[in-house]
Amino acid sequence: MKLIYFAWIRERLGIEEEDITLPDTIKTVQDLLTWQQNRDEIYEGAFADADTIRVALDQFHAERDDPIEGASEIAFFPPMTGG
Amino acid sequence: MTVSLQTGDFDIATEMDALSKGDTNIGAVVTFTGLVRDMVKDERILDMTLEHYPAMAQAELERIEQEANKRWPLNGTRIIHRFGTLKPGDRIVLVITASSHRQAAFEAAEFIMDFLKTRAPFWKKERLEKGDSGWVEAKDKDDAALERWRL
Repeated sequence: MKLIYFAWIRERLGIEEEDITLPDTIKTVQDLLTWQQNRDEIYEGAFADADTIRVALDQFHAERDDPIEGASEIAFFPPMTGG
Repeated sequence: MTVSLQTGDFDIATEMDALSKGDTNIGAVVTFTGLVRDMVKDERILDMTLEHYPAMAQAELERIEQEANKRWPLNGTRIIHRFGTLKPGDRIVLVITASSHRQAAFEAAEFIMDFLKTRAPFWKKERLEKGDSGWVEAKDKDDAALERWRL
């Protein structure tokens, strides 16, 4: 599965994307955010403000309780400021 | 219905003509253009860089366009959003809606912009004259603007 990062999340992690195999215990978007926070100090810093982070599953906005099963690309980003 | 994401500028008259040409059932065309401002609060801005999530920005704007076409009788819609580095006064975004009557065109243009602001994956980073730079924070009023479109 591909995880991709934008804006200040990308800057704090120092990477744009990564290919990763997630543990089977991660079922929902919320599970994944919690797991990210606990990976290491850098992830902890980037995901500290998890309540503000938006998640997209295969280019669709997702809610916290949405299942991630079947997704091939999961994106993490701050609230959008285009227009 | 067409969505373009591009670094280059756009010409409003050219885009408007392209959208309405040959369809004499169109009685109203609304165009909205968003520009880069030079001041935020009391800080002068040198430039801003728009980052985006290309595949999702395209898909999300197409979904917003489709939703607008479901809600209003539109003869055509056009969305252009720029990315990359832009200076104060530069055009950022263009929304054009065409319909037989003005109310549908006005409302659909506002609907598209309200959803674009809060759901299209773009992020602005401003570089200030005094030296530092930072990510623009999302505004609560942009989220509030969506409420009036709920059925």
